[in-house]
Amino acid sequence: MSKKLLSGPYLVWMAGFIVIPLILILYYGLTDKTGAFTLANIVSIATAEHSKALWLSLGLSFVSTVICLALAYPLAMILRRRNVGKGSFVVFIFILPMWMNFLLRTLAWQTLLERNGVINGILTALRLPPQSLINTPGAIILGMVYNFLPFMVLPIYNVLCKIDDNTINAAQDLGANFWQTLTRIWFPLSVPGVISGITMVFVPALTTFVISNLLGGSKILLIGNVIEQEFTRGSNWHLGSGLSLVLMIFILASMALIAKYDKNGEGTAF
Amino acid sequence: MKKTKATIRQAVENFYLVFIMIFLYAPIATLMVLSFSNSKSRTQWGGFTLRWYGEMFQSATIINALENTLVIAFASAAIATVIGTAAAIAISSMKPVPRTIIMGITNIPMLNADIVTGISLMLAFIAFGISLGFNTILISHITFNIPYVILSVMPKLKQTNKSVYEAAMDLGAPPVYAFFRVVFPDILPGVLSGFLLAFTMSLDDFIITHFTKGAGINTLSTLIYSEVRRGIKPSMYALSTVIFVAVLALLVIINFAPRKKGEK
Amino acid sequence: MGSLIDLVNISKGFDGTMVLDDLNLSVKENTFVTLLGPSGCGKTTTLRIIGGFEHADTGKVIFDGQDISGLPPNKRQLNTVFQKYALFTHMNIAENIAFGLKIKNKPKAYIQDKIKYALKLVNLDGYENRSVDSLSGGQQQRIAIARAIVNEPRVLLLDEPLGALDLKLRQDMQYELIRLKNELGITFIYVTHDQEEALTMSDTIVVMNQGYIQQMGSPEQIYNEPENAFVADFIGESNIVHGTMIRDELVEIFGARFACVDKGFGTNTPVDVVIRPEDIDLVSPEEGILTGVCTHLIFKGVHYEMEVTTPDGFEWLVHSTDMCPVGKEVGIHVDPFDIQIMNKPASEDEEAVGVNE
Repeated sequence: MSKKLLSGPYLVWMAGFIVIPLILILYYGLTDKTGAFTLANIVSIATAEHSKALWLSLGLSFVSTVICLALAYPLAMILRRRNVGKGSFVVFIFILPMWMNFLLRTLAWQTLLERNGVINGILTALRLPPQSLINTPGAIILGMVYNFLPFMVLPIYNVLCKIDDNTINAAQDLGANFWQTLTRIWFPLSVPGVISGITMVFVPALTTFVISNLLGGSKILLIGNVIEQEFTRGSNWHLGSGLSLVLMIFILASMALIAKYDKNGEGTAF
Repeated sequence: MKKTKATIRQAVENFYLVFIMIFLYAPIATLMVLSFSNSKSRTQWGGFTLRWYGEMFQSATIINALENTLVIAFASAAIATVIGTAAAIAISSMKPVPRTIIMGITNIPMLNADIVTGISLMLAFIAFGISLGFNTILISHITFNIPYVILSVMPKLKQTNKSVYEAAMDLGAPPVYAFFRVVFPDILPGVLSGFLLAFTMSLDDFIITHFTKGAGINTLSTLIYSEVRRGIKPSMYALSTVIFVAVLALLVIINFAPRKKGEK
Repeated sequence: MGSLIDLVNISKGFDGTMVLDDLNLSVKENTFVTLLGPSGCGKTTTLRIIGGFEHADTGKVIFDGQDISGLPPNKRQLNTVFQKYALFTHMNIAENIAFGLKIKNKPKAYIQDKIKYALKLVNLDGYENRSVDSLSGGQQQRIAIARAIVNEPRVLLLDEPLGALDLKLRQDMQYELIRLKNELGITFIYVTHDQEEALTMSDTIVVMNQGYIQQMGSPEQIYNEPENAFVADFIGESNIVHGTMIRDELVEIFGARFACVDKGFGTNTPVDVVIRPEDIDLVSPEEGILTGVCTHLIFKGVHYEMEVTTPDGFEWLVHSTDMCPVGKEVGIHVDPFDIQIMNKPASEDEEAVGVNE
């Protein structure tokens, strides 16, 4: 009884700063400047400029998510097998970069990727032709993978650590070789972590405007850049909200996936 | 033969780990190197200097932004920890249906795009008539920090043995006393990691701050973003290096110092 | 009959601590062998080395005449039932049982037959589509056994499989396991710390402590003729007293001389003497070889448990269906064949090991 009261402050906070703001986006997204109901803001996603940005965002974030998964899964397997001392050590090495400002870390990639940058310097020293790396979709993908990889590694690592060694031993005992154990035991049992990781990489990658700004130059516009400009350059909040609603449809879809696989109703990220 | 196979695997694994570590830490190393370079160019080494470390303390804008960042990170993490821990305790004693609904809403700020969270908060502040500034940044940071605290504390609460709390009451302890003496110590690691996570997230946030800050106030993130076009002052690299090294030292001490009390 | 499994000079250490020290063990085909000992005695490590989950630092594992020391678990013709069942929670019961057969690409119809047969064998027909979580501990244990035996292993390794079950269920499962072993006609190697389980089920018991085999033999041999104080103490309850072997067939305990049947210890040799509580006869003080006063009496159901303190201060544990009231003076009599004589441990070290456990 008295315990329930403890949730009071949070419930008020939640209503005021999570629920009402979302309702406001819905309101703005579905009205025009006079306050009349309209679907125009949402339909505008179909215009050439907006749909190009959306498809590009979807494409780049999809590729980044796949790369993150491909890098993170073996990494999580190795870390689990090494059982690196205390579990906190793994979290430690992946959280630590966050203490160097996110924008600066991303800017540092500029330095590395630039025409006269470090990587091209190394290529030249090896007598290889310099590559144009910066201001390409590839640079954006690299930035996404770099920034969001920890969010893929940690949930997968956590879920792998929960798998009992004897479950794996049992599979081997019954004749399964490495690949069979991986595909029939490890992977199915780690699906909640993988799904959680995919969402935690895909959503911020889909909606970023900073990474594309810093590493993509001014020519590459993602859907996040479009929305950001509608708000900060003061042009049309209704249109910005409408496009945000479109984004949220994709996000809701991935949340539905999580709800389906993560039955405990708790993220496995941390 | 068995032995060599194992050694090869070991070597491949080590190579992979090193590769990932380089990938994660190369930009950080780059920034650190740049903070000692006597040149404003980000691509040319201008000789070693400590000049930027001296300058960073003289720039009022940098110091101001640093102050804002730290105050907001600390205050938002602390407030979120109190509200979130209380909420986690309440939620864990709820019936499944309200619990699922509340946890669902709690997940929204974590799973939703930062840009949408930022915009929606901005719209709300304007609708509520709160002028954008320090307060709105603080409120926004508390909002996205609470879920991290709740998600850190909930698993610990689940592990706590209910009968410990009941035993304390059976022995005559009033509920509040029983909670602070026997339950709280059990969930303390979760509370602390929630706080630390919240602090980190607040410190690293740019997007939500970007939309809710209003004119005339900057955190380090927004200051850097506004400087991108003009060129970042190398004293910013110096400051980041100082922060990073300080945090690294602190975490190393916390993680690897011999524990005073015996580990359980 | 030759042996099916031979462990030859197996040693294994973890982080510098010797867990198994030059262990030799052979297991015959179609026997129920139990590795029995306190926790940390190396019994589970021995089992894991046979299963292939650990590799011995030195020594060989011979299976049916072939050295399998280097083979991974999936290439060994034996299956394991794990301590906490280790069922695959993302599969239903039928899929769990089918796992090993699918890996071996057996035909579908064969797999279906095998699932049916195995479920019947463990008395769980019709459970094919149930989820793992919906089963009780005892049922999960049966599924774990079913999952192992459908692969027709020649040896089944069982790692404290009944440890997580309650007493009644554990006793039922003991009978089930004996029945299974007889129906399947395969070798069971069973690890437990529960001496009752070991005595009930085994053909051969291997008592282990501190990485060494202490004694190996039939349950009767282990119980009636323990070779050292550790075994005597670990298996059942016993009175272990210091004695002196006066000559063949005569031992002196606390100044009193008892006739016994053991020979070959020499004359005036210090020895350990084991007398089981149920082998002590309480008689009138005049008839007793030793006399003492009953200082404790507890009714245990099938018998009384008493303590008789002799003048030297030793408290003898006595089980008897006859009651002796506390405070009464009684005589202690032991038949010669109920006295078991053992050599003193070679070193102080070994003694400490035995007595502390």
